[in-house]
This record gives sequence, structure tokens and C-alpha cells, in this order.
Amino acid sequence: MLHGYGSSILDGAWLTINLALTSMTMAIALGLIGAAFRLSPFKWLAVLGEGYTTLIRGIPDLVLILLIFYGGQDLVNRLALALGYTRYIDINPFIAGVCTMGFIFGAYLSETFRGAFMAIPKGQGEAGAAYGMSGLQVFWRILVPQMIRFAIPGFTNNWLVLTKSTALISVIGLQDMMFKAKNAADATHEPFTFFLTAAALYLMLTSVSLLVLRYLEKHYSVGVKAAEL
Amino acid sequence: MNKTELLGALALCAASLLAHADEDSLRIGIEAAYPPFSFKTPEGNVSGFDYDIGNALCEEMKVKCEWVIQEFDGMIPSLKVRKIDAVLSSMSITDDRMKSVDFSKKYYHTPGKFAMKSGNVINDPLVDLKGRKVGVQRSSTYDRFATEQLEKAGVSIVRYSSQNEAFLDLAAGRLDATLADIVNTDESFIKTPLGKGFALVGPDINDPKYFGRGAGIAVRKGDSANVARLSAAIDAIRSNGKYQQVMARYFAFDIYGE
Amino acid sequence: MILDYNLIWENLPLYLNGALVTLKVLLISLAIGLVLAIPIALMRVSRSPLVNFPAWLYTYVIRGTPMLVQLFLIYYGLAQFEAVRQSALWPYLSSATFCACLAFAINTSAYSAELLAGSLKATAHGEIEAARAMGMSRLTLYRRILLPSALRRALPQYSNEVLMMLQTTSLASIVTLVDITGAARTVSSRFYLPFEAFITAGLIYLALTFILVRLFKLAERRWLAYLAPRKH
Repeated sequence: MLHGYGSSILDGAWLTINLALTSMTMAIALGLIGAAFRLSPFKWLAVLGEGYTTLIRGIPDLVLILLIFYGGQDLVNRLALALGYTRYIDINPFIAGVCTMGFIFGAYLSETFRGAFMAIPKGQGEAGAAYGMSGLQVFWRILVPQMIRFAIPGFTNNWLVLTKSTALISVIGLQDMMFKAKNAADATHEPFTFFLTAAALYLMLTSVSLLVLRYLEKHYSVGVKAAEL
Repeated sequence: MNKTELLGALALCAASLLAHADEDSLRIGIEAAYPPFSFKTPEGNVSGFDYDIGNALCEEMKVKCEWVIQEFDGMIPSLKVRKIDAVLSSMSITDDRMKSVDFSKKYYHTPGKFAMKSGNVINDPLVDLKGRKVGVQRSSTYDRFATEQLEKAGVSIVRYSSQNEAFLDLAAGRLDATLADIVNTDESFIKTPLGKGFALVGPDINDPKYFGRGAGIAVRKGDSANVARLSAAIDAIRSNGKYQQVMARYFAFDIYGE
Repeated sequence: MILDYNLIWENLPLYLNGALVTLKVLLISLAIGLVLAIPIALMRVSRSPLVNFPAWLYTYVIRGTPMLVQLFLIYYGLAQFEAVRQSALWPYLSSATFCACLAFAINTSAYSAELLAGSLKATAHGEIEAARAMGMSRLTLYRRILLPSALRRALPQYSNEVLMMLQTTSLASIVTLVDITGAARTVSSRFYLPFEAFITAGLIYLALTFILVRLFKLAERRWLAYLAPRKH
């Protein structure tokens, strides 16, 4: 039924999952930094953070991917040449994909984390300061663990959007699931079969993610009673 | 994962970013979606005339070849930013392209041809296709020809990322015709079940201004070293019979041209 | 770093035409999507599993698969079947604009339906009781009380959805439509200026985003005036 392309699509699925997880790691790092910037008392940091978010939310993912991949490579190499580094710097498509997705979703996550940080009662941070903890200690030991519980709904949403956006990376030639499905469709002239397969696989990915994240939400909400509607 | 693991992972990512390519290897860009010149087998391996010729050339030059698969319209930008060192993907040598890149000698030469529903007759494309929809692959010589000649004559041009998408739409009836390489059209469309009821129509599209002097291997502007060794290798494999061996695997006629 | 902007300037008409295509696709998709979303949302808040389940499945599948896959299925996938090509729908399905609008409309209908369902569920119960006490039929209840207030409450989240849709329309360029992204790809591949071409596209999208955000602020001022903070 799949004309022998089944294993190649599964390879692509593996790459998709890999890409999503790696990008999410980078996005979490950028998101925490972005949220910290936006909540910082320094005006220029807050403006920088907000500019980052506005830019990413205002430009389509596809345009950002094409810009960062083609334009970004051009930039890196022009800079390298200017610094006298004549050997080419090889940025493989996977790294390019990870950096692009990480950069884009870092912005969305900084929004989510910002909201989550703001939901923590102010007394917590103040108590930490009263104990003599430094700013960084308050951040890592008090704020971040409590923020996770508030961030999970938004994070779930961002994760799901990320996994689906990875399909766009096929446009820059990364051989993810979408790319492989398209190859198979082109070679066999049966686009419906292969795109339906891809859709089913993405749906499985989404469903599994939802189950895992729902479990995480329960885990982090231990001891907290939900509102009775 | 904890803080140290996270930092370690990030450091590894940064380090791999700076992987250098080997000096004595050649990174060649190929589309792998243009049968019979380059395509992917069901197992996922690259195959085709371009691929085999490339391997033969590398063997001749005693250089390690690394194939990079990517979309056709990204080939020259990738060449410019040094992602690849050469393009061996049925890229025609044209004056326009020579403004951005240098070419080796040609390694084959085939004209372009329209594909349409059987029974159509085209004597003069500029007249007979007026008001009709013609599909081309973005960034190809056919795209340039279509944009500068056909579009100005009132023909509607639709651009696709891959030639296959154009064939799909032609078969579906969304296009009246496609304009592409005669061999590629024949192999990957006309001869397949999808192309039933379609035929190669009209005159050979051969205007040297757009279609130049055949397909060559593109390298960065000023990279005379690669131009020299690639051209020498092409001559070598033509004289020692390797070229003819590869050609016979795919074509029953001489595709080199004069 | 000298950016070659002359060529971009010369090709501005292509971008502007692209912007018109983007807006056309956006408006059609949003309109059809919203019209589809209302009945689906009503199904989603129903307590009967027979009514709720199909709607849940619809939104689950649409929200769980990438937009790109849905677009390819509708544009290339359907065209694969001879039966579809001979059918009465073909004149519509053969048009790239129709296919793109259909795919986007289905996508936004799923997200909007979930949004509206949440908003409907948040209706103050007192309003429903009062309407029932006044003897309103089910239809009148929906028409005069539930939907107007739910639609209003959904406005902030719907504005987000509209902005996301604007970004999503860029995928239309992948199925041959020459919208803003399509214009950028044409220019980028013709002149080998990817950086300049895509930055221009990005700027145009940013401008459109700002305009839409402004428009929604005005809409909120009109329809959510009762939720605005006190001015004095």
C-alpha cells in the first residue's frame, strides 16, 4: 500500500520528533531569558524582550524559516569572510532547523512564561529576598519551580504548535516526515495516500504529547485544589 | 534534565555548528527530484544520470564527493554562501546564470518541450498559448524563458517548487501545459500512468539566450580551480568510455549533443 | 553589508498584488470559518454525546494535524482521484485559491469553534435561567442571549486567532498562489536576493499585523466597552 516508502517515512518521523525536542529545549532557554527580560525593572531589557515577541508573532513562520535559513547563512558567511575566516562554516540543515524553530518558539514561550511568573504570589519572591537569597537564587529555587504549574497549559499549546510547525521545515530541505511523504507522493503520483499517512502520524504524535503533558500537569498540581465549577 | 546536562547539551550544539568541511572533498548539490537525471529510490537512496556522472567525475579527479540534496531554487544561493561547492543538477549554462556563477563544460544538452493533452498542436508558442496556463519550475531556465517571453505575450505562468508538482497539476487539469526538459518530461510524466493522454507538443525550445549551451556544473564565481578540474574530468570520462557507460544506463540516444 | 534594494523597489507592484491576494484569502477564510464554527461550537457544548462526539472529533483531528498536510491533502490529494476530477465540484477544486481558502476555512473553523465553545460555557448561568423564565424557546435563547454575549467575550481570543490566520495564509504560496510570501519567493529566486526579498515580506506582514491589532482594539472599545476599566 505504501509502495515500500513506509520505512523512509518512519525515518522522517524520527527526525521530526528529534527536531521538535531539540528545538523545544532551545526555546525553553530563550523563553526563560525572554520572560526575565520582559519582567525586568530595566526598561531597555523589557523593550528588547517585547520587540522580540512582537517581531516573531507578526511574521509568518514560513517567512522566518526562509529568511533565517537563506538569509542567515548568507550573514554568517559574510561575517566570517569579513573576519578573514576563509574556510566555509558548515551549518547543516538540522542545526539550521533547530535554531530557527528554537528562535521562533522562544518568543511564544516567553509570553507563556511571563504570564506564569506573574501568576506566582508576590510574597514568595519577597520571602526569598528576606532570607538573603540573591536574585538568581530566588529565580531558580523559588520562582521557576512554581512557575511550571502555571505554565503547563500554555506550554502544552506551544508544544503542539511546535510539532505541527516542524512540517514547514521540509521547505528548506530537511528530511523530516513531511519531506519524506512529499518525496514518496512525487515518485508514486499518489499524494493522497502519503499525506494521509503523514496526517495520521502527526495525530499520533499530538495525542501522545497530550497524554504526557496531562500527566505532568497532574504531577505538578499535587496539593492544589481545582476550582469547583 | 538538570542544569549541568542542559548546559552541556547547549555547548555540544554550539560546537557542532562549527564543523568544518574537509579540504579535499567536494560538496555537490543535487535536487534528487528530476528523473531520470536525479531521483530517489524507494529505499531513500539517490540515483540518476546526474548522480552517476558526478560519482564518475569524482572518481576521475580522485576527490571525495559529498552529495547535498536540496530544492532547485536554493542551489545558487547555497553555492554563494559556501554550503555547497558545486551544483550538478541539470543546471543549464546561461548568460544570466553566468553573472552569478561559473560553469564547467557542458555534460549534456537537451532542449525544452511543452507537454499538453494529446491532440494539441503548437506552431508558435507565443501565439497558440495566449490566455492559457503554463506551469514551470521556479528558478529554472524554463521559468526565465516563460517569464520574459511567454508572460509578455499574454500567457499565464504558474510557478512550482518542484517539476513534479507541475506535472500533478497538468494531469489534474489545472494547467494547460508544462514547459520543461524533454527527457525529464518524457521519463517522469508522459511514460507514466499519470501522463496517459498527454504528449510532447510543439517545437524544440532551444533559444540559446535562455537555454544556453547545455547543462553544466555550476561553481562559485572565480573558482577557476574547480572549473578546470571538473571540465578536465568530463573530457576524461568521455574519452575513456565511462560517460557512454553511464549514458547507456538511462538513454537509448546520445544526450551529449554536438 | 550593502543590501541591494533597487531590485526590490522595482518589484514592489508584485508585493502589493501579493498583499491583495493575502487579504482576499484571509477574509474569505475567516468569514467561512466563523460561519462554520458557530454550529460546531453549539454542538461542542451540548451534553448529548451523540452531538458532542462528532464535533469533538472534528476539532481534535483538525487541530492535531499540521496545516501544511491539510492543504496538500485538499490541493494535491483530492486531485489524484478521477472521480473527483469528473465531479461537479471540480471547477471549484481545480482553483488554487478555492483550495487554499477551503483548507484555511476548515482549519480556523476548528480553532474558532473551540474558542466559542469555551466562551459559551462561561456564560453566567443567571442569564440562561432568566431567559428560560421569560419563556424563550431554545432558538431564541441562542439567538438573542447566548451567541451575542459569547461572541463578545471571545473577541480578545478571536483577535489572536485572526492574527494567526494572517500568518497561516503564507502557506498559500506553497500551492502556487502569489501572495506576499509567493511574491518574495519569486523575487528571491529570480534575482538571488533571498535576504532582501524575505525581509520585505516580513515587514509587510508586520505592517498588516499592526493594522489588524489596531482594528481589534477599536472593536473591543465598541463591543467590550462594558469590560473596560473605569476612566474616573
